[in-house]
Amino acid sequence: MSTKKMPARKAVVDSNTCVACGCCMKVCPRNAITIPKGICAIVDQNLCVGCGKCAKECPASVITLEVYEV
Amino acid sequence: MKQKGTPNKKWYDYLWIVSLTYLILGFLNILFAWLGLLCFFIPLIISVTTGSKAYCNKYCGRGQLFALVGGRFGLSRKKDVPTWLKSRYFRYGFLTFFFVMFFLMLWNTYLVFAGTKDLSTVVTLLWTFKLPWHWAYHGTLFSDGTVQFAFGFYSVMLTSTVLGFVTMLLFKPRSWCVYCPMGTMTQLICKARNGVSSHRA
Repeated sequence: MSTKKMPARKAVVDSNTCVACGCCMKVCPRNAITIPKGICAIVDQNLCVGCGKCAKECPASVITLEVYEV
Repeated sequence: MKQKGTPNKKWYDYLWIVSLTYLILGFLNILFAWLGLLCFFIPLIISVTTGSKAYCNKYCGRGQLFALVGGRFGLSRKKDVPTWLKSRYFRYGFLTFFFVMFFLMLWNTYLVFAGTKDLSTVVTLLWTFKLPWHWAYHGTLFSDGTVQFAFGFYSVMLTSTVLGFVTMLLFKPRSWCVYCPMGTMTQLICKARNGVSSHRA
């Protein structure tokens, strides 16, 4: 009841600077990232566990982990 | 689900071998440079027909090569690229510059075809340094122009590999992808095809 939970964090892609290279898609252990129209990567927030692998991999460094608002 | 220790690799995860082979073949016989046209046409055809960047996402052997050398072998500082490098101005500017240099190369090829210029057996690195490359030329059954194109095209491929290698060392392994002219071009095609303004994603 009183146990404090860490705020859940999810990967967020800056759609303005994403180059749609697909590096994030390749490293995502949950297959949560897709690049449906070749424009920008999209993270499925239901699948993302906030591991941060994509943020680390992204060559343009445009993925950040942000506190997930419910 | 992916599991540790059992990476379910697909056939296209090994295309880095093709990229590496291409670079080596250019040292043996320059005419192999013509094969590099595949790296130009396949991504264009995929983006025009399917409206996706599947080439970058899955099949790009060069990206895999950088990921392997910079990532797995650790030849990379793994730092963020500078902001200007990922800005639209730089990406579109580099694409334009690349295009201009490419057409200059085609023009030179034309001059050799037309016979107004002699074949020059050099590979021009970074659009500036002329490296003697005659040892990779063993004659041809075709016009000298086809050979000139091979030298010119290999120059383009080697230059972009060297640039990508340098940014791989300095920044993240696949930082070439950020300003890769083919990547920028296919992304623009996808934007146009999917009816999105190039100023908004």
